[in-house]
Amino acid sequence: MARIFATRRANWTPVLLLTPAIVTMLFVVAVPLLFSLYTSLTAYRLVRPETLWTFVGLRNYVRLFENRDFWVAFGRTILFLTIALNLEFILGLGIALLIAKITWGQRTLRTIMMFPMMFSPILVGFQFKFIFNDNIGILNNALQSLGLTDRAIPWLVDAKLAMFSIIVAEVWMSTSVFAILLLAGLFAMPRDPLEAARVDGCNAWQVFRHITLPFIMPFAFIAMTIRSLDVARAYDIVHVMTGGGPAGRTELLWTMIARTGYSDARMGQANAMAYVSTILSILFTWYFYHKLMAARRYMGGVQ
Amino acid sequence: MTALAPARPLKKRLQSTGLWLLTFVLMVIMCVPGLWVMLSAFRPNREILAKPPIWVPEALTLGNFAKIFGFGAEQVGIPVASYFANSMIIALTSTVIALIIGMAGGYAFARYRFRFKGGIFLGLMLFRAVPGIALSLPIFMVWSRLGLIDTKPGLIIIYVSLNVPFTVWLIDGFFRQIPMSLSEAAQVDGCTRWQAFWKIEFPLARSGIAAAGVFAFLTSWNEYALASQLTRSTDSKTLPVGLMDFTAQFTIDWAGMCAMAVIIIIPALIMTFLVQKHLIAGLTFGGVKG
Repeated sequence: MARIFATRRANWTPVLLLTPAIVTMLFVVAVPLLFSLYTSLTAYRLVRPETLWTFVGLRNYVRLFENRDFWVAFGRTILFLTIALNLEFILGLGIALLIAKITWGQRTLRTIMMFPMMFSPILVGFQFKFIFNDNIGILNNALQSLGLTDRAIPWLVDAKLAMFSIIVAEVWMSTSVFAILLLAGLFAMPRDPLEAARVDGCNAWQVFRHITLPFIMPFAFIAMTIRSLDVARAYDIVHVMTGGGPAGRTELLWTMIARTGYSDARMGQANAMAYVSTILSILFTWYFYHKLMAARRYMGGVQ
Repeated sequence: MTALAPARPLKKRLQSTGLWLLTFVLMVIMCVPGLWVMLSAFRPNREILAKPPIWVPEALTLGNFAKIFGFGAEQVGIPVASYFANSMIIALTSTVIALIIGMAGGYAFARYRFRFKGGIFLGLMLFRAVPGIALSLPIFMVWSRLGLIDTKPGLIIIYVSLNVPFTVWLIDGFFRQIPMSLSEAAQVDGCTRWQAFWKIEFPLARSGIAAAGVFAFLTSWNEYALASQLTRSTDSKTLPVGLMDFTAQFTIDWAGMCAMAVIIIIPALIMTFLVQKHLIAGLTFGGVKG
């Protein structure tokens, strides 16, 4: 009754309320993105401003797609995200299940878990650069003091180890997002279906697989949606830890954009790359948001 | 079941010890990196660089902090105090503006039905998803034409728009939890909708709005990719950008960097602890309950 009343009378109120939000987004995101799209079709170089008007069509994109380094960085970015997000989800789920089992000190544990969430990505990068430093880092110092190795392991110098170190930093930073949201899901879960399943003779795995997991999946999708909004913050970590090195072996899409745009001053080319990365991020967010909505409808049906 | 009964207490005790041990190890992994940086901030640089390593600190000092703030005998040529002031001004201003815009938007989503509602919400989210470094290229070009490069307003505008989608999401969730009947009752009693909002709904959602505010503050406080390209000098450089000043020097001053890291983390730490409970509630309810 009241709801119908509200919609009929106040048609313009929501529009008015939303206008500031939409205007800001248009001004700071949509307009620059359009400009970026245009620039990606020009031969714009920062050092030669007049080149902004040299229209070259799709040349930047063609060059990009023919560029082997780009595809390598692209593939590495996808691989990096796949590994990092899966690890974060699995570890977060494990931690959430663990803490849900513990009956004492849960609040304190949850507070400790929030610790990595407040770190600036640039700080996380610095912190792990400090830890993984081959000469003075705590990790090598510990390994050497314990006699596990007699030489300094070049964590950030060797290409494979550097990628590993970056993934460790990324996972350290973001696992708690999953852990905290999944834990909230576990707390919100009704007890009755669990007990009913036990009475019916389900074992622990079956209960987990068919009751717990489906119930907490929406919470996992919230975490995925939140994460997908800022996957690109890995840029900060890589930038601090290796700067894309050694010899471009830890270069991700985002560090490549920064290098092409600002160091090489090839704005047209960089904008083409930026467009690819933007589309990637948007698809990613859209996918998880879609999943979240589907899970929400499913939950709504159950309740 | 009865046959297993005698074995159970021991098994259970082992299980719970195992759980605790595992939890303890995990917590150590979560805490040690940050704590190590914090500890190192109070150690002299030569102790950090020592070979073989010195595990138990021999001397704790506030010298690193004095040094980066420009006091004492040893000084670092990095204006940390003005970076701190810039960070505070930029983060606080953008948070307040984002909260006002987010409250209006969140209220609209929570209380009204209108066309393209889902589409607009998704649109806000997708705009937020654009990677900072990708967005920095066109903003750099547009801002340099508008004269906004290396100014505080330049960054504030960007951070407001970075924060709007998320504050809308969170605040929408908090308003939804408040029954509509409360403000309707107030309206029946003679309040206008505006009065009902400020007297009934706003006080109830206040802690949630504070949580959204802290989230926005942290986003602005911690942002690097955009700030690093759009700031140049002490007029607008923020702390995360300033941290990288250290790497431009000939030798890395680990102790100084650690001290600066502590400066960056402490405000974030305090704020998060104040609102942590509401923050989690906001994220989950905003997302799950439709």
